[in-house]
Amino acid sequence: MSDYIPSIGLEVHVQLKTRTKMFCACPAHEEGEPNTTVCPVCIGLPGALPVMNREAIRKTVKVGLMIGSRISLRSMFDRKNYFYPDMPKNYQITQQAAPLCIGGAVEIEAGGQRKTIRVNHIHQEEDAAKITHMETTSEIDFNRASTPLMELVTEPDMSSPDEAIAFLTALKEMLIYAGISDCNLELGHMRCDVNSSVRPSGTDKLGVKCEIKNMNTFKGIHRALEYELERQAETLRKGGTLVQETRRWDDEAGITLPMRSKEYAHDYRYFPEPDLPPVVLDAATVEAWRAELPELPAVRRARFVKDYGLPEYDAGVLTADKAISEYFEAAAKKSKNFKAVSNWVMGELLRALGEKGQGIADAKISPEALAALVALVDARTINMPAAKDVFQVLFENGGDPAAIVKEKGLAQVSDAGAIDGFAEQAIAANEKVAAEYRGGKEAALMFLVGQVMKLSRGKANPQLAADALRRKLGK
Amino acid sequence: MSADLHDLGFLEAADALARKQVSSEELTTALLDRSERLEPALNSLTWFSRDAALAGARAADAARAGGDARPLLGVPIAIKDLLNVKGQPCTAGSNILKGYTAPYDATVIARLRAAGCVFVSRTNTDEFAMGGSTETSAYGPTRNPWDTARVPGGSSGGSAAAVAARLAPAALASDTGGSIRQPAAFCGVTGFKPTYGRVSRYGCTAFASSLDQVGPIARSVEDAAAVYQVIAGLDPHDSTTSSRPVGDCLPEVRGAKDLKGLKLGLPKEYFVEGLDPEVEKLTRAAVEQCRALGAEIVDVELPHSKYGIACYYILAPAEASANLARYDGVRYGFRAESEDLLEMYEKTRAGGFGAEVKRRVILGTYVLSSGFHDAYYLRAQKVRTLIRGDFEKAFSRCDAILGPVTPTPAFRVGEKTADPVQMYLGDIFTVNVNLAGICGLSVPCGFSPDGLPAGLHVVGPAFREELALRIGAAYQHATEWHRKKPADPKGGRP
Repeated sequence: MSDYIPSIGLEVHVQLKTRTKMFCACPAHEEGEPNTTVCPVCIGLPGALPVMNREAIRKTVKVGLMIGSRISLRSMFDRKNYFYPDMPKNYQITQQAAPLCIGGAVEIEAGGQRKTIRVNHIHQEEDAAKITHMETTSEIDFNRASTPLMELVTEPDMSSPDEAIAFLTALKEMLIYAGISDCNLELGHMRCDVNSSVRPSGTDKLGVKCEIKNMNTFKGIHRALEYELERQAETLRKGGTLVQETRRWDDEAGITLPMRSKEYAHDYRYFPEPDLPPVVLDAATVEAWRAELPELPAVRRARFVKDYGLPEYDAGVLTADKAISEYFEAAAKKSKNFKAVSNWVMGELLRALGEKGQGIADAKISPEALAALVALVDARTINMPAAKDVFQVLFENGGDPAAIVKEKGLAQVSDAGAIDGFAEQAIAANEKVAAEYRGGKEAALMFLVGQVMKLSRGKANPQLAADALRRKLGK
Repeated sequence: MSADLHDLGFLEAADALARKQVSSEELTTALLDRSERLEPALNSLTWFSRDAALAGARAADAARAGGDARPLLGVPIAIKDLLNVKGQPCTAGSNILKGYTAPYDATVIARLRAAGCVFVSRTNTDEFAMGGSTETSAYGPTRNPWDTARVPGGSSGGSAAAVAARLAPAALASDTGGSIRQPAAFCGVTGFKPTYGRVSRYGCTAFASSLDQVGPIARSVEDAAAVYQVIAGLDPHDSTTSSRPVGDCLPEVRGAKDLKGLKLGLPKEYFVEGLDPEVEKLTRAAVEQCRALGAEIVDVELPHSKYGIACYYILAPAEASANLARYDGVRYGFRAESEDLLEMYEKTRAGGFGAEVKRRVILGTYVLSSGFHDAYYLRAQKVRTLIRGDFEKAFSRCDAILGPVTPTPAFRVGEKTADPVQMYLGDIFTVNVNLAGICGLSVPCGFSPDGLPAGLHVVGPAFREELALRIGAAYQHATEWHRKKPADPKGGRP
């Protein structure tokens, strides 16, 4: 691909996590029986009128604030006209001439390189209904109709499928962090039109653009882009020409196919939506919304490295999920050993959650308990194997680690007399191994330590056990 | 009470009900009987149900017996077949909505219902309110009660004819380019288009959203004001409604006996070629009457008036082309049998809409199309701003504006159907009021030698409804035109 340079731009549609729909009071995001959360407005009955959902505006503005957009204090809704059965009014209420957020950028990291992807604008609109094509009929569920949607349009700043995915991942992280959307791709919360072109290396002018419509998995986007960019380059290599067109991704065949122009060549006849006054915001409101913004993942990552001395890797894993990062921070605040807390969260905790298919919200082990567990290990009150047992109890039932240690009798035996006794027993029972050690086989000691641990039922301090054995064996 | 219950005006009926001189059931029955008798000659109603109307009337009577003293309890009113009443058909005069039953109340209906009004009948309208004669209705033309060979005007011709013929003491109507005022003038009744944003449009089947406004037709300004007051005011379901409070204007309207201290503007642009000499004579006489009542008459200019029709017939169809897109056979209303989706759209809309609606949808689609949008739609928006500016300037020199409502009296059925442009020109004095978003009142101001009514147009600034109504009421206090009633038309049932 070095002979051709790809340019990729994305149009990302995101369903906003609001209680109600964009223009009516019906509950949004209901997964109930088809056509049950509908009203005259969202099924386009005669005489029904839209009323703007201010919460949706707030959420979209917050996205703009997160990526540094200029927030329009006066934006407008437009009607986008086209006939399709999933569009109850046969026009979509959207923003074309004066969108809510203009400009902005998202920092991404792909292939070890940092890059800035510019955003052209973000506008507010409504989702269509869900249409299911059966063998001879089609079924429409209007529950989804008029779900609040924001559309973020990037500049063609990405130059590889990896960068496109890095952008989407960064955006998704941000949106989840700020509670804008759940970004559940399976539920269609995030959908994407992917624009791409290639140009001969050494030239500046963008090549002919092809749009792949309605992609809804990151994996699909990556594969579609890989295919599409190669198709475009190969066409040009063979001396062919590309036409600007809309294509669709056939996931099974792994190829993109041109759509019939009838399917996309619309004259949308945009005009200002007369049923809705302009969206007017005042600067104070926007600033109040800015104050509600959470710390963004990239900022939090850097802060974890700086404040807790964590490796970049740890900070990345911990901040990939807002709830996990908050859990870590709550535990770290109660602890002196940040790295140990990080290890427990990244290791045992994520593993246990994964096994149970749970989220951090379901975990019974409180951040305070995890910090206390770390402290018990650091104070050598318990050893690591015992700590893992205690963790399992905490994970399943919650509680106080010290109490569990006491109840289960898991405290390490650091009493020299007791350990001496176990050492003597171990040597007596394993004369042969003891002799090997005396003969210079250093590794034999570890076997004997293991025996001491066994005799102490895991409670002996392994360091003290080794010391005692060495003494008894005359070394 | 006398046998002529149907002659009671809206507030007279309210009064008679309050005094228990009549029951709502008796009153409603009288109107239904009369409707059954005269409808074959008038065709002013698209639907009425004795059961539905009488159920409402009996409920009102029962409530009154139980001590309910709401001032409009049990008063019948007719509703333009464009406004959604829960459980009743709402066809907008179109085949595409035949068989459609409204599942919800328009806000204006909910307010009348809360006031205790009884919905007695649904009135005929040009299809989707597109027309000036009620001839484009899928139910056939309505006849003017003053001369059944003539049109009642439109689009609210059914409401105006029904009120003039005493089938209802008042009716709700809607006005996009003159659809309340012009039929009121043609039928010799009082019609009021409030300021855009004053009355909720929620549940009023949309024609042109930035121009549509719901208002009353009645037999006096006072009655129109009484209906207006109930329906006006902020509606959370309509984002274009104003939060300005609606005061009680009835005392002011009732007390209006002169026009002292008011400056009324007379735009020279409204007295031009094309204005029927008889209508001009009646309008000028009405202006003199206003002067005699103490008003100072001043000349004003509305220089962009002449562009109003062109501007209106770009903007209204543009909005209509989108508003009517929802009638596609997918969810409700008429659906044509077809092989595939595109064919269903085409056949449903070809078969469901009448010629005038198709003409405007095509016109509206054209003016919004890529390549034409700026030359037509955008330019018309600019002209609209100029027209609005004309009125603002004029209102800096006068309190309200007087003029004719229509260039001619009612024309004959069929006279203009072949020539849409001639039909459109009939809106010349009314459309600018919609484009400017201000309020306009039509009050009867006399009869042509043929015995056809004419209307005086009182145009008020935005949200000065009480002023326009006060002027109209003072005029009616001094004149008797609004009390004239047409003879019962021939061709009714005996």
